[in-house]
Amino acid sequence: MMSEAVAQPARRLRRQNFAQRLFAEYGQELVVLAAIAVLFVVVTLVNPRFVNPNNLVTIFSGNAYIAVAAIGMAMVIMTGNIDVSVGALIGVLATIAGTLAVSGYPIWVALVAPMFVGMAINAVIGVLVAYARIPAIVVTLGALSILRGGLISVTGGTWITDLPPDFLIAQKRFLSVPVPLLFMIVLTVLAFLWMRYTAFGRSIYAIGGNREAAVATGIPVERRLVTVFAIHGAFAGIAAILFATQLQVIQSTVPPNLELTIITATVIGGVSILGGSGTVIGSTLATILFATIGSALIFVNVSAYWLRAVIGLLILATVLADMWRRHGRNGAAA
Amino acid sequence: MNYRALLRHETFLAVLLAIVLVVLAWQSDRFFTVANLLNQGRLMTEIGLIAIAMTFVIATGGIDLSVGSILGLVAILLGVFWQNVGLPLPLAIVAAIAAGTLAGLFNGLIITRFKVPPLIATLATLALYRGLAEGISQARSVRGYPEWFYVLGQGEVLGIPTQLWILLIGALIASIILAYTRWGRTVYAIGSNEVASRFSGLQVEKTKIALYMASGFAASVAAVIFVSRVSTTRSDMGTGIELDAITAVVLGGTSIFGGRGTVLGTFIGLCLIQALKNGLSLAGVKGDGTIMLIGAVLILAILISNVFERSGSR
Repeated sequence: MMSEAVAQPARRLRRQNFAQRLFAEYGQELVVLAAIAVLFVVVTLVNPRFVNPNNLVTIFSGNAYIAVAAIGMAMVIMTGNIDVSVGALIGVLATIAGTLAVSGYPIWVALVAPMFVGMAINAVIGVLVAYARIPAIVVTLGALSILRGGLISVTGGTWITDLPPDFLIAQKRFLSVPVPLLFMIVLTVLAFLWMRYTAFGRSIYAIGGNREAAVATGIPVERRLVTVFAIHGAFAGIAAILFATQLQVIQSTVPPNLELTIITATVIGGVSILGGSGTVIGSTLATILFATIGSALIFVNVSAYWLRAVIGLLILATVLADMWRRHGRNGAAA
Repeated sequence: MNYRALLRHETFLAVLLAIVLVVLAWQSDRFFTVANLLNQGRLMTEIGLIAIAMTFVIATGGIDLSVGSILGLVAILLGVFWQNVGLPLPLAIVAAIAAGTLAGLFNGLIITRFKVPPLIATLATLALYRGLAEGISQARSVRGYPEWFYVLGQGEVLGIPTQLWILLIGALIASIILAYTRWGRTVYAIGSNEVASRFSGLQVEKTKIALYMASGFAASVAAVIFVSRVSTTRSDMGTGIELDAITAVVLGGTSIFGGRGTVLGTFIGLCLIQALKNGLSLAGVKGDGTIMLIGAVLILAILISNVFERSGSR
């Protein structure tokens, strides 16, 4: 009886602490998760066909490539940099993969090449940012023009058709899970654990949080930045493969403003644009949120013309909710 | 020393522009003609107006990615106010520009009141304003404006394209404001050190709100000129124009971190980009090759100017 009376407040205290800790550490991830949950409940009430497994698979695997690209983008943004060229890069890498696949190279070469080309291109960007000290937005703005112009002048806007069936991995299933979904989940979890528990991963946060302090701690900041950009390029390569193999043809264009979609997903997922905080789980959840919103609006019969306005409004609401949460916390701490 | 560094970047750009002009004139005899040059001025006005306002925004350390979407929204509203609401065209123009300026005010309020970083705030409104444009237009376009309206985008005043006058006068006023007024110095002060500016009693919030309004206003005026030039309205007008404008501003020597930059630099950057676009297409290079070259010029110009600056300051 007495032990119970003592134990109860302690348990409550501990539970509160855990919730507080969870909210403090993963607040934005929880906000996005809650938004997804609310959306699912509301849309399912309006139109039960929304939770049809076929529809869910279409939503998630069709957008998995954005989530994969957002993982690399999250790392770049966490170091306090940005990359506006990734959309054009994905287009270039998808075309490289398709060209290799139809010109008789082994399939595995076509599937692996984009990763290495992506790493090489982004390593150059990383060198210009880290060693030549040109702001990342300037370098990647230039890279955006070069890649986009290069892509169109090389391909002339033609589509790549007659892709070998083995190449189209995004349409396959592994253990009855669609491959893009598998990539999205496995890469997100691996990247999250890597960033949280390895010295290199922690140093990404350190560089973004306080560059001078990172230098003083002995972190080779310049080298790490180049590596982070190269890793981002590798993720862009994987995203390009998922994007290129989801249809029977490869168009020489990517969805307009793809880079902004990827950046928005990263930022809405809780990665601070000022660097130093956030997780890749957040960016993946935000991609899922966007995909859900896009599909949900169709199921509740919102006119396709108003789709982007509603998405824009929801993005703005998420941003403001995040700011309100942060200021609330600062106010409590002060 | 800061002032001298500025001068160096613009001198360097002007020399680059001169070289480009000479090379292009030598490449094609159709390039260096009065008619062609004036026509190029016509084509660069919309980006130019946006880039001038963007110079101020970037000089405070901010950015405005929503300008392309504001342009699209204002173009659509102009058509809707005139044809569907039935306002007389001059009133419809004023109302549409007012709406675009309000969109800029909304950006400013989100950034200052809610402390949302400008990059994120305008990324969100980029999606929102473009979405509104699409929703309001329902993919319909408005055509058939009265003759006098086309003077703005297709006509001439004193032998010079009408909109080029607007751009030149706008650039002149903007450069005087930025260089010689207390308000212009406030812009640099905020960009150099926002906290210090606040402690010095400068009206940081008010200045920022005014700048994002000005940016919305510039995009709105550009929208009206755009509609007049192409004779129609479409909801996808101005897509991607934000990146072109930012390229011109950064090429012109404005620091993306704020505190440094001039309207003159932006103007030279604009001319350089337009000359490259036009000259190369006359020389037979396809548009896509030109985009690549502009990207390379942007990176190289900043790289070289960084090298000069570092050797100069040590």
